[in-house]
Amino acid sequence: MRKAFIKALTEEAARDKRIWLLTGDMGFSVFEDFAARYHDRFLNAGVAEANMTGVAAGLALSGLMPFMYSITPFVTMRCFEQLRIDVCYQNQNVRVIGGGGGLCYGSAGGTHHSLEDISLMRSLPNMTVVCPGDPREVTAAVRYSLDHSGPMYIRLGRDGDPLIHAGDVTLQPGKAITLRAGTDVCLIATGNILGNTLKAADELLKRGVSVRLISMPFVKPIDREAILSAAGATRALFTVEEHSLIGGLGSAVAEVLAESGKPVRFQRLAIPDRLFKEVGSQDYLRELIGLSPTGIAHSVLALLDRQS
Amino acid sequence: MSGQQSALSDIARQVRRHVVRMVANARSSHVGSALSIADILTVLYFRTLKVYPDDPWREDRDRFILSKGHACTALYATLALRGFFPEKVLDTYCANGTSLPGHSTMRCVPGVEVSTGSLGHGLSLGCGLALAARRFGQKHRIFVLLSDGECDEGSTWEAALFAGHHKLDSLTAIVDFNRIQAFGDTSEVLNLEPFGDKWAAFGWETKSVDGHDLAALEAALASLPYRAGRPSLLIARTAKGKGVSFMENRLAWHYKSPNPAELEAALKELA
Repeated sequence: MRKAFIKALTEEAARDKRIWLLTGDMGFSVFEDFAARYHDRFLNAGVAEANMTGVAAGLALSGLMPFMYSITPFVTMRCFEQLRIDVCYQNQNVRVIGGGGGLCYGSAGGTHHSLEDISLMRSLPNMTVVCPGDPREVTAAVRYSLDHSGPMYIRLGRDGDPLIHAGDVTLQPGKAITLRAGTDVCLIATGNILGNTLKAADELLKRGVSVRLISMPFVKPIDREAILSAAGATRALFTVEEHSLIGGLGSAVAEVLAESGKPVRFQRLAIPDRLFKEVGSQDYLRELIGLSPTGIAHSVLALLDRQS
Repeated sequence: MSGQQSALSDIARQVRRHVVRMVANARSSHVGSALSIADILTVLYFRTLKVYPDDPWREDRDRFILSKGHACTALYATLALRGFFPEKVLDTYCANGTSLPGHSTMRCVPGVEVSTGSLGHGLSLGCGLALAARRFGQKHRIFVLLSDGECDEGSTWEAALFAGHHKLDSLTAIVDFNRIQAFGDTSEVLNLEPFGDKWAAFGWETKSVDGHDLAALEAALASLPYRAGRPSLLIARTAKGKGVSFMENRLAWHYKSPNPAELEAALKELA
């Protein structure tokens, strides 16, 4: 996803002179081309994320559109108050780009996992939260961001995330993308777990369960219509995300459902509220917590069994 | 004192009168922090800064950031006296529905550039403004007023390092060095010395001035940058609570709000 991000940004920067790329000393072997083409719009701000955020806000106050990048925890949590005040409170056109969302840096240990970022970013007023589900959604998110007014958080996965969409995608503000129109259950995924969710839908289909599959890049604003329509048309709703159970996509969908008054079976598939002691690859950790394709399918079937 | 300086000191006195009244009426805090910067703000807005009260957001204006946003009463009073908005608006400070919050907020009234109140934010914003100005080839200057206590914040030093590295010579930081922070003397809480040497080591050209000597302040801000290719730092040696004898250099007046008798006594001294 990071390669898709920098490719899209490099293309758009040729047309849109507002674009700057700021990095907290990250991006080795990926950002060099951008830096060479647009040396006066590329800034390695050093390992100083709080200052980078304030600088980005200052650039935005001057009419520019800075994209500020680092590994997800460092660009959302280390500088959270600068994001809150300098960027969101002042409603500035800063794009916060988190690399390696969720468990991308699985074996790197807890410091590099990013399991609370969606929750935190979602709570900030004015902040739009986008978690692209595949590299094509990343490209679409970068393009969308140029027409968007106000701050945005874009949560990337890793390089090598699978392509899900067959062709180019266009993001509509706050709108979900329906990938499959099934009738038994609805799986709503955000971000880099979309690939496993799609595979889970395939497994479920083999078991005779028809899945409505929705990619929901916008966690905020959330697509109420897509959620409520799925709630009316299928037997159970599941959210899937590589993020904590608390405050992310699952919470956002639960809020919509709870206030709708609709009776609906609903389950969040996410990461339990605990720190990882285990070490291993992203796939290994996904397997452990039930976010492998089989794990997701298993949770769906278990709920359907209980229901019947 | 020359006639001009006498006029300036009269303005500073009026700023202080507004400050004590506003804080007393609102039962709010930080009167000492605001009195401390009254002279600096007076010199900035009536001598140094290129500003346009009738066209407050004109592109070529100098930018001023009050990083110590808790001292906003002094900024509001100075802006009103400079003609950015009517002085009577000051009476609404912190009242329900007011446009004047207890920490300065972006464009809450004409002339307030950014939102501050959490310490350690202003200098980074100033760096961003200075970078953008350089990029656009603009000639305006950026001034950031910090408190000394604010230099406890790591983000202030991140910004100091950044400004020095990028040679942001359109950026001037002024530190209100009154030696008292929220819960003690700066020397006891976290010693900042050798203060000027620290900034110099980060690539800044520094000067020091009596922060209540209007002529000296004006002279210290008359020719910037202090050295081409470097950000400028002016250490303004000040007294917290300056201008009201019983508030001067007293920690309590970081928080205390004058009661009616204290307000009357303060206004008498500032008459």
